[in-house]
Formats: sequence, C-alpha cells, structure tokens
Amino acid sequence: MTDQYPLEHELAPPQANGELVFDDPWQMRVFGLARTLCEQGCYSWDEFRVELIAAIKRWDSDLNQQPWSYFDHFLEALLRVLDKKQMIRQDELTNRLKQYLNRPHGHDH
Amino acid sequence: MREPSPQSIRAEALEALLIEKGFLKAEDVDQVILRYGERVGPLNGAQVVARAWVDDQFREDLLNDGSAAIASYQFEGGQVEKLVVVENTATVHNVVVCTLCSCYPWALLGLPPKWYKDPEYRSRVVKEPRKVISEMGFDLAAGTSVKVWDSSAEIRYLVLPQPPENLQSYSEDDLVALVSRDGMIGVAER
Repeated sequence: MTDQYPLEHELAPPQANGELVFDDPWQMRVFGLARTLCEQGCYSWDEFRVELIAAIKRWDSDLNQQPWSYFDHFLEALLRVLDKKQMIRQDELTNRLKQYLNRPHGHDH
Repeated sequence: MREPSPQSIRAEALEALLIEKGFLKAEDVDQVILRYGERVGPLNGAQVVARAWVDDQFREDLLNDGSAAIASYQFEGGQVEKLVVVENTATVHNVVVCTLCSCYPWALLGLPPKWYKDPEYRSRVVKEPRKVISEMGFDLAAGTSVKVWDSSAEIRYLVLPQPPENLQSYSEDDLVALVSRDGMIGVAER
C-alpha cells in the first residue's frame, strides 16, 4: 500500500476495552492534526468543539442524511475552523485535492 | 492495492498544506498520535478509582473537586480541567453522555469508543438509560435509580463505580484490574 500514511504500519490504533477507536488511519491522522494545531495555540478546543457540534447538527437536520460517520464531521469541523482562522482556505484545499486526484495510479510519495 | 478513500486523500491534502504553510510538522502530529495511542487510556482512570476505593480521604477529595484530586498524577491527554466525579451507591447509578458531540475525559479514559459518539447512544441513554445499559450487558437492580450526566462545554464526568465485596482482600493493583472503561462511563458495573 503506497498511498496511505506511512504511520499506518508503525502504529496500531489506540484500543480501549478491545475496541478500535478509529475505523481508518486517516481518522487517526485528522485527530492528530486537530490536537496538534490546538496545542500549538492556533485555536482553543472549545472553538473546535463549537464547529463539531454545528457539523453534527447539520447532519441531524439533513433531509438527505448520509450514514453516520463521526470523523467526517470531525474533519468538516476542522476545515471550518481553519477557514475561519484563515489558515487553510477551502479553495486551497480543493485545488490540492484536484492535484492529488489526478495523480497517476500507484503513485508513491 | 486498496484505493485510498476520498476522505483519506482530503486528510492527506490538508496535512500537506498545513506543513507547507509552516503551521505544523509531521513529527509533531506523530508525537500527538503516539501519546493518545500509548499513554492516554482507561488505565489512568482505573488507578484513580482503585485509589478512591482504598483511601477514604482521596475519595472525599475526588468527589469534592475531581480536577484537584487527580492533579498529582500528572496524566497527559487533557479534558479534565473541570472534572466532576459521581459515585455509584446501592441505590443510585450514574451514567455519562455527551448529547451534543463527544466530550469525554481523555486523560482518564483515553479517546471515546465509537458507540459513545454514535447518535443512537447520545439520544437513547437520556430517554431510556436503564434499557440502554441493560442492552450493553449490565442489568441494574430494580430499586436503583439512574442519573444521566450530560457533559457540558466545560464539565467532564467520571463515574466512581461501587467497590467489590471483600474489598480488603484485594491489593490496589488487583483493584485497578477490576475497573473497566465502561464502568467509569456507567454502562457496566465497574
């Protein structure tokens, strides 16, 4: 597997009472990003939490509700905080995503 | 080779941008993940519970001001700055939820399990706690009343389960092993 984070093979996801906390390595990575930025003073955890609650509420009231996925909301909240703080704009991320999606199949880092 | 999911690519793109703009280094993120993966977990909470069972003064301090009582442990992980410890008794059982999102005392319990964050648990445990707890494998005695504690913006809750019978026959280490994460959320006996 080459397109996944290298840490996938080095770190087992944290387990509590034998249950996985993360379904996918990207979820662990996004949690790490959110905490690191908070600890470095980019925002408070309460600021993040407000966005997380709002993201979950939007899902709650969505008539075309997608299946529940907590870390989708977690990532959405992080992106909103970063946009509000003018750290990463949505269009920057969209452009970078386009580049990544056009990578040749089997691309290695 | 499995194709990476769209969210995986989004996360990868986000991290790359954050690094390029100098907001963080990949190594810092690695360290945070390592901390929550290896050093922050329910064993911390179990140590606190076992201590409260054998040390009446500590138990009293813990119930009076949870954050102050656990300060000397210097647990990593955070989210215990306003810790409230609620004690189960023969007649009262406590259970914890965060109805709005996923607030949880990380330093004591690690990261929350999936079910704690699911809409089903968050909504149902408020309305029918006894049934939810029973479905999770713990049948409360008929005369026990149930208190549900909803984590607010600042307060995090920890349930202090009832100690086992013949408490004196256990060492403190043995007691630690009896305490589960689910017991400290309130969906198991201890």
